[in-house]
Amino acid sequence: MDYNKLERAARIRQRIGKFFTYLLLTFWAVVVLFPFYWMLLTSVKSYGAYNSESIPQFFTLSPTLQNYRDAFTSVPLLRYLGNTVIFALVTTGIMMIVITLSAFAFARLRFRGRNLLFTLFLSLMMIPNELVVITNFVTITNMDLRNTFTGLILPSVTSVFYIYLLKENFEQVPDELYRAAKVDGTSDLKYLCRVLLPICKPTLITIVILKIIECWNSYVWPRLITDDPNYYLVSNGIQEIRENGFGRENVPAMMAAVVVISVPLIVLFLIFRRKIMEGVSRGGTKG
Amino acid sequence: MKIVLKNLTKTFPSRSKKLRQDVVAVNDFNFEIPDGELVGLLGPSGCGKSTTLNLICGLERPTGGQIFFGEEDVTGLAPEHRGVGMVFQNYALYPHLTVRQNILFPLQNLKGKDRLTKEEMTRRTEKAAKLVQLEGLMERRPSELSGGQQQRVAIARALVKMPRVLLLDEPLSNLDARLRLQTREEIRKIQRSTGITTVFVTHDQEEAMSISDRIVVMKEGVVQQIGRPQEVYDDPVNLFVAKFLGTPPINVFHGRIKGERVYIGEDAVLLARGVPDQEVYVGIRPEGFLWQEEGPLHCEMGRVEVMGRDISIVSSHKEAAGAQIRSIISAEIRVDPAQETVRFGVKPNKAYLFKKETKERIRI
Amino acid sequence: MKKKNLKAWLYLLPAILFLGAFLVYPLIDVFIYSFEEEYNFASQTYSGVGLYNYSYVLHDTYFLQAVKNTFILVIITVPISTGLALLISVGLSSIKPLRELYQTIYFLPYVTNTLAVGLVFMILFQKTEYTDGLVNLILHWFGVGPVDFIDGPYWAKMFVLCFYTVWVVLPFKILILTSALASVNQDYYKAARVDGTSKFRIFVRITLPMISPMIFYLVITGFIGAFKAYSDVVALFGTDLNTAGMNTIVGYVYDMLYGDSGGYPSYASAAAILLFAIVLTITCINLLVSRKKVHY
Repeated sequence: MDYNKLERAARIRQRIGKFFTYLLLTFWAVVVLFPFYWMLLTSVKSYGAYNSESIPQFFTLSPTLQNYRDAFTSVPLLRYLGNTVIFALVTTGIMMIVITLSAFAFARLRFRGRNLLFTLFLSLMMIPNELVVITNFVTITNMDLRNTFTGLILPSVTSVFYIYLLKENFEQVPDELYRAAKVDGTSDLKYLCRVLLPICKPTLITIVILKIIECWNSYVWPRLITDDPNYYLVSNGIQEIRENGFGRENVPAMMAAVVVISVPLIVLFLIFRRKIMEGVSRGGTKG
Repeated sequence: MKIVLKNLTKTFPSRSKKLRQDVVAVNDFNFEIPDGELVGLLGPSGCGKSTTLNLICGLERPTGGQIFFGEEDVTGLAPEHRGVGMVFQNYALYPHLTVRQNILFPLQNLKGKDRLTKEEMTRRTEKAAKLVQLEGLMERRPSELSGGQQQRVAIARALVKMPRVLLLDEPLSNLDARLRLQTREEIRKIQRSTGITTVFVTHDQEEAMSISDRIVVMKEGVVQQIGRPQEVYDDPVNLFVAKFLGTPPINVFHGRIKGERVYIGEDAVLLARGVPDQEVYVGIRPEGFLWQEEGPLHCEMGRVEVMGRDISIVSSHKEAAGAQIRSIISAEIRVDPAQETVRFGVKPNKAYLFKKETKERIRI
Repeated sequence: MKKKNLKAWLYLLPAILFLGAFLVYPLIDVFIYSFEEEYNFASQTYSGVGLYNYSYVLHDTYFLQAVKNTFILVIITVPISTGLALLISVGLSSIKPLRELYQTIYFLPYVTNTLAVGLVFMILFQKTEYTDGLVNLILHWFGVGPVDFIDGPYWAKMFVLCFYTVWVVLPFKILILTSALASVNQDYYKAARVDGTSKFRIFVRITLPMISPMIFYLVITGFIGAFKAYSDVVALFGTDLNTAGMNTIVGYVYDMLYGDSGGYPSYASAAAILLFAIVLTITCINLLVSRKKVHY
């Protein structure tokens, strides 16, 4: 039966296909992971050892934590981290309040001009950040808010996209719950806090995480608005370290700083992996 | 092309880690489908009927047993080498292709010596489309068709490569009630005119009975009974088959046999010659009740439902396994719904006895 | 009714205030800036209204360099990243063991700080007096001479930039494409198998058309994203991009606004509006093409 031969050939072809698939996937996994490995590796090499390697070594036998000590002592890394945490938490906190209120208004309250206003909001999503940054820079400068947290935070406490996302989620909650609450004499605000928010918790968490990631990685606005290292966020801090550094070109200490900056988000990601990936696939883009 | 299933078995590894035991989807299935017949695989969901279909199709490999098409052992063959046409439950029509392109699709896959000329492809496509009466719709996309039309495209796509065997997975489940009646007639007609051996899967016993030459009733991977629809209906081998076929469903009573008589409660309803004394289930088809003033079975009157040609008396009995008993009698009989008890006689050929433990049929 | 209206607007007030102050007003203002000639930051005065700012920007060699860099970056990275993401996603969805692990790994660049990891890339590619760097070591194994990717020839710098950009944007694309592939009904593939369709044909005739809306979505967002490239460039080549010859349009805007050569919001506005015009045009072309190609 020549079918048997066909079948065997198909099986072999399938095996070869599998092999190349895994080869490709593993190759790219290595490309993705290698920079992380390299920064970890370099961060535990001693300054002397690193600089005497004219041929880079793929591992080290004498790891040291000295670079981490340097990273925290010779540059204000802790301050950068603290600033970023404050910035991320406050921005996210205020934003959650603002977007929840408006999403609730759009989803539940009936008022004149609702659809028109919502369309207007949606059309704002098309405005690229690069266009408005210029005026915002001028505004904040004129208001004397450079090198303040207020100046850093104010322009990024609203997001039309998140309002849209939350409104859609609110609308999925059945009307009956709202009517039942009304019958029981519950106020709108109470209904929002007691009923709507708990039901929509998954979406809220997703938004919070995405916003924190965005804040942690923001670079352009902080760079424009701060030139006092006391207000630097991690992105600006790392740029500062890169350009003025540790007084001398100290790559291992730089890498230690990079590790310290990267770890919080990676941990956050590993904990909330599913939520983050689901949230991003619902409409996040980088930047 | 006749299809032979020999000791066909399929087990799946258990999904949960706690239950180490494998799930047996199909257990030792033996069946010979004669050439040109339309066979319905029937059973509740999870009974292994779809798995059986996938095994015949080749989408799944059996863990044991063999499948023959005619004299050829196709057990190890990939689906494309078996010469089967398959219609999926949701039709699986390619949404970006027109009706014509959808039907043409399988033909364009043929390679080597099987390759067809352009003209031949067009001719076969037209022919398949004509068979299912799609001539005017060839340039539309699936989203522009009704459910019944999509179904016909799916059938045409399965038929265009002139398969040896046609397989249909729940072909009518996505259609509304009216279309279902019409479509099942069409499937029957197409099957008759092409003479292709056809196997279809359904959970709807009425659908299976109405168009099949033969039905196979399955439960938990095990074939319960195979036969012509009327035979299976008239002569079920066990309680499950008796309950599964027929609308309204069969009425089941707890009964016992004493002195070659069948008792339901205190009422001796039937004779059971040569059957030893024991506890039994008594199944009586709705049409198995006789309206008799002096009938042996005493039931409490519930209500009377008028259905035009017939009437249906809904009553209850303390020995009944279900909450109510439904009997169908001629509408010419006047029944007073106010009366407290109704008395029935029982037609012996419409009543079956089943063993209490095994639920196997006791033949009289 | 009146009261109800009022309450709703009250709920919306914070959002409207913030959006108005930091999105709507700046949008109008940026157009005004771009037409005000010789705007002086300190005194906030200008001498006239006209197109001079645009003309200045369009004749500025730094701007032209930035436009060239940006276009090269876009043209190289968008097709490569989309194609590579497609290849990897198809590979991912064809395997079962280890799939989650691979998916997690591939997503990592999305949650890392662009600046921080950019620094690592710089170290990997950099050639200093002490060492040729890791990439050059690998190149050496293949008998290719050391190249300075960070301070060396233009094409080498462009290569690093494109490589890093692809590395950064791939997680998002892989994520979108794997979920698009997963959402294709398995019955289509079963039907195709029963019909004996070859793997290649299944991919071209079924898979690709089915996920084409998502591919076009990725191409469009990819174009927009790549045109706005900035922080990854800074990460690799430092803030003084004009000297490095690696500036992008967005970088040019910010340099005009602030920093050593900054203080010219008018020029920055004109450049930003030019960028917006370019992006808008390209997006419209993309949408027109996708209308023609995506059928359902």
